[in-house]
Amino acid sequence: MEKAKRNGLVLFTDYQQGSAVKKAVTLTRDDILFELREAKLKGRGGAGFPTSTKWMLTAAAIADKKYIVCNADEGEPGTFKDRVLLLEYPELVFEGMVIAGYTIGAEYGFVYLRGEYNYMLKSLNDYLAMMRKENLLGKDIAGKKGFNFDIEIKLGAGAYVCGEETALIESLEGNRGEPRNRPPYPVNRGYLGYPTIVNNVETLASVPHIINKGGEWYCTNGTDKSTGSKLFSVSGDCEKPGVYELPWGTTINELLDLVGAKDTKAVQVGGASGVCLNQEQFGRKLAYEDAGTGGSIMIFNSKRSMIKVLKNFMEFFVEESCGQCTPCRIGNRKLLEGVEMIEKGTFTFGYINSLKELAKTMQIASKCGLGQSSPNSFLSILENFDDEIFHSKGNGVSHVN
Amino acid sequence: MSTNNNNHRAPVSQKPLKVPKPQDTTTIGSMISIEINEKKFSVPFGTTILEACRDNQIYVPSLCHHEDLCIAGVCRICVVEVEGMKTLQASCAFPITQQIKVKTTSERVRRARRHIIDLMLSEHYGECYSCVRNKNCELQNLAGEYGVDGFTFGHPEKPVFEIDRSSYSVMRDMNKCVLCRRCVRTCIDIQEVGVLEAVERGDKTKISTFFDRPLNDVICINCGQCINRCPTGALFTNDPSDEIWAAIDDPKKHVVIQTAPSPRAAIGEEFGMPAGKSYTRELNTALRRIGFDKVFDTNYSADLTIMEEGTELLLRLKKKLVDKDDSVKLPQFTSCSPGWVKFIEHFYPEYLDYLSTAKSPQQMFGAITKTFYAQESGVNPEDIVTVAVMPCSAKKFECNRPEMTDSGFKDVDYGLTTRELAKMIKEAGLHLPELPKSDFDDPFGEASGAGLIFGATGGVMEAALRTAYELVTGREVPFENLRIEACRGFEGIKQASVKLENVKTEWKFLEGVDFKFVVAHGTANARKVMEMLKAGELNDVHFIEIMACPGGCIGGGGQPIPTSPEIRKLRAKAIYEEEESLPIRKSHENPHIAYIYEKFLTDGPCGHISHKLLHTHYTKRGDFIV
Ligand SMILES: Cc1cc2nc3c(=O)[nH]c(=O)nc-3n(C[C@H](O)[C@H](O)[C@H](O)COP(=O)(O)O)c2cc1C
Ligand code: SF4
Ligand code: SF4
Ligand code: SF4
Ligand code: SF4
Ligand code: FES
Repeated sequence: MEKAKRNGLVLFTDYQQGSAVKKAVTLTRDDILFELREAKLKGRGGAGFPTSTKWMLTAAAIADKKYIVCNADEGEPGTFKDRVLLLEYPELVFEGMVIAGYTIGAEYGFVYLRGEYNYMLKSLNDYLAMMRKENLLGKDIAGKKGFNFDIEIKLGAGAYVCGEETALIESLEGNRGEPRNRPPYPVNRGYLGYPTIVNNVETLASVPHIINKGGEWYCTNGTDKSTGSKLFSVSGDCEKPGVYELPWGTTINELLDLVGAKDTKAVQVGGASGVCLNQEQFGRKLAYEDAGTGGSIMIFNSKRSMIKVLKNFMEFFVEESCGQCTPCRIGNRKLLEGVEMIEKGTFTFGYINSLKELAKTMQIASKCGLGQSSPNSFLSILENFDDEIFHSKGNGVSHVN
Repeated sequence: MSTNNNNHRAPVSQKPLKVPKPQDTTTIGSMISIEINEKKFSVPFGTTILEACRDNQIYVPSLCHHEDLCIAGVCRICVVEVEGMKTLQASCAFPITQQIKVKTTSERVRRARRHIIDLMLSEHYGECYSCVRNKNCELQNLAGEYGVDGFTFGHPEKPVFEIDRSSYSVMRDMNKCVLCRRCVRTCIDIQEVGVLEAVERGDKTKISTFFDRPLNDVICINCGQCINRCPTGALFTNDPSDEIWAAIDDPKKHVVIQTAPSPRAAIGEEFGMPAGKSYTRELNTALRRIGFDKVFDTNYSADLTIMEEGTELLLRLKKKLVDKDDSVKLPQFTSCSPGWVKFIEHFYPEYLDYLSTAKSPQQMFGAITKTFYAQESGVNPEDIVTVAVMPCSAKKFECNRPEMTDSGFKDVDYGLTTRELAKMIKEAGLHLPELPKSDFDDPFGEASGAGLIFGATGGVMEAALRTAYELVTGREVPFENLRIEACRGFEGIKQASVKLENVKTEWKFLEGVDFKFVVAHGTANARKVMEMLKAGELNDVHFIEIMACPGGCIGGGGQPIPTSPEIRKLRAKAIYEEEESLPIRKSHENPHIAYIYEKFLTDGPCGHISHKLLHTHYTKRGDFIV
């Protein structure tokens, strides 16, 4: 997106490079974990797992090595906020990793960078070199004796599923990017079997501000359960698409106003794996406890055909499933075929109901988050746009022949 | 380009992630109490939910899970509810490390299972009645058990993949594949060959070979272990039974069959009998009733192998120790497992000189049948058809090796597996367990017990030791009832030694030698042995037995399905029990062996005639396929 200076709440504010790392090394591990817990920071990659818990579990794991992985795979359709952070605020991301290393006792971190972002590689590596010079990476960081940490950037190979943390680790290890069985979780057995933190770019970027200003300050934004701010990647039918930093709890209506969206019919919250809301639901809040999202907001106006929107999503999943487990590998194909039947008007309601049941099975029986969330748009679009899809005729968006 | 990569063979996700079960379950913390279907149980820490259920007689279905293999967690048929977790959990992959409450048949679970079966069937092209696995198929069973009464999500009308019939041994019909990946794990983990791999993703995922080449064009060692672990009819052997029937029906042909030791210890399973009982003599009757003209015992040529291979070893030792000939390669490796032979040809071609030049018992028998037997019986060798009943799929490849024609004909015409023979017996209207017993035919007749134990890992070594030790010292091996326990059991790699003392004068150079041997089974273990050899750790070892299949031939790729550590143990037990009941238990004491050396192989073991007929050479294949 445009490089202009952004106005924001937390992430898009001024930051003194190195300040958080310098402060962190004067704190104990417990102090840092305490601040994170106070801040109630939750993962920004989509699942919303409490970051302090993840770090605590990794810190408590007994092992001779531990790793920090920054998940910069950003593969969810409609998401581009991590790109902005990496381009404009790399100091926040990298320092978040350094602080994580300090907290759990890791000496090495990886940034797993989406293949398409390789154009950033040079500038990011230059930035890391600069950090090494400034003693924000390397040995005895910020003067703290015995605290060593370095960061390496690895390029992904373009599979959406490699954003899933265990598939990402497989890919880092040089294997086919397929999700692992859990438990054990990466916090106990991650990269090469060592305890590993995998955090989203934005999660890590939030850490330096929390260290500098405290957990309590962080909670002044957002809701009780969703504290702080969130970056939203807004795309689709609106005047001002882009990345916005907003407090959690913002309603969809408020967001639509802000981005200049008119005549909005549907909002897909959370990318292809998220849910699609209709006008009646635009009063809902963007928050973990209501409409949760890793940041992707796609806006569709009244001219869009929802069945086409859905078909697009399902085609995406049919292709991007890693193909390991039965419900996801075959299930997504069946859902897509169902959508095509609806499009052609060759469906029966009985069969669509069978597919809805199947979709529910996929949500609970698939091996990883991809298969568990791929039916979300299928179920929500068929339910929330039932009229348009099954009952409308001749209104320009019909698909029933 | 190389077709295999030794590093990173098995993705970590597919390596066992189980917490090891405690040895001593009485120590505090080693047991954990859980609730399954509202009943309380105490299970060892780290047990998977699936194991915990099965150990307590609660049946949970599985498909991608296999006792011999690491966890995959991909089919999802075994899902159960774990209280407090939003999603269902794959019970085969879930280690119990805290107190949990499990439900195995809730409404959500039952529906998920049926959906999963429906989905698999929607991609499965095949008709049970024409399938090799009809009545012994895990997919068919699941469909039967979980109330599948129609194709909810459709059913393919025509095949998508061409059947790969390129291999002499293993055929692949990917239209029946359910992508459980057991074959992949077998080939990578148990065999460390790595021919099969899941390629592509999404709904295009399939099991394939290097660049999708046919199986005869990749480094497959033909062991058939993948077949034995495939839950469906997607993998099967190249069945020659129609040709064999035709030969039997042809009055001009004299059809001779030899039966290896392992099939008889397992074939009962094909007739619904529990594992662990041999049907040697019932089998003889069955074969005669089917119409074979002669029924011979492969153990006879196993005895012959011991004579040839043992002599070869002693000659190598003499050359090395007495003649100080450093070009002689030691340790000597056994060569009777064709899977292992192909393995070393591909992966360690620079070590082929370590391999005994002795042919396998199957091939020796073929060569002898079409020469000595033809001569003795007056049958024109051109009219003889030799069939070998083997536990093995690689034997099919072996009998088709171009060099295996030393009799002037194809030495062995057909390799027939235990499973394929069972079908022939059924087709002949016979129920094996009920048949009367009968003996093997002359001139080879009864063989020794030493030949019989070839069927289990360590058996060749034990048989060789019984003969070599006695040859060298003039005394029986110093073990109770001739049982050389160091050779027995299922440890992956066994190492032991026997001291040679008070040797006969002609073997003086062996006085005081600690005869060291190694026994390994499964080519993953073979690879370890080869790496040890490369690292110089086996320099003082004299003899190494390697069998390509886990457990040895009793676990061969042509044996009844299913297989498991327990089943292989029972088959081995059947063999060892049968052998103790035999009157002759040392190869060199087999009178028929003495007879052939007197009448036919007149210049003795490793002499000219036996070199021509009973020894062979190998091909440097490497991991490059041209
Ligand atoms: C199919 C799939 C794709 C994912 N892609 C991403 C991604 O691109 N970036 C990301 O940060 N998390 C992604 N995740 C979530 C990660 O698995 C993981 O939860 C996250 O990296 C944890 O970081 P957090 O706790 O900081 O959110 C994905 C999950 C799934 C199931
Ligand atoms: S849910 Fe989909 S992406 Fe995840 S493991 Fe299964 S097949 Fe692979
Ligand atoms: S593989 Fe199993 S289900 Fe499929 S046709 Fe064969 S027997 Fe039937
Ligand atoms: S026969 Fe053996 S080597 Fe060949 S694919 Fe099967 S397991 Fe692998
Ligand atoms: S070929 Fe058989 S073992 Fe291999 S994945 Fe397919 S069904 Fe499973
Ligand atoms: S048997 Fe557990 S997932 Fe296949």
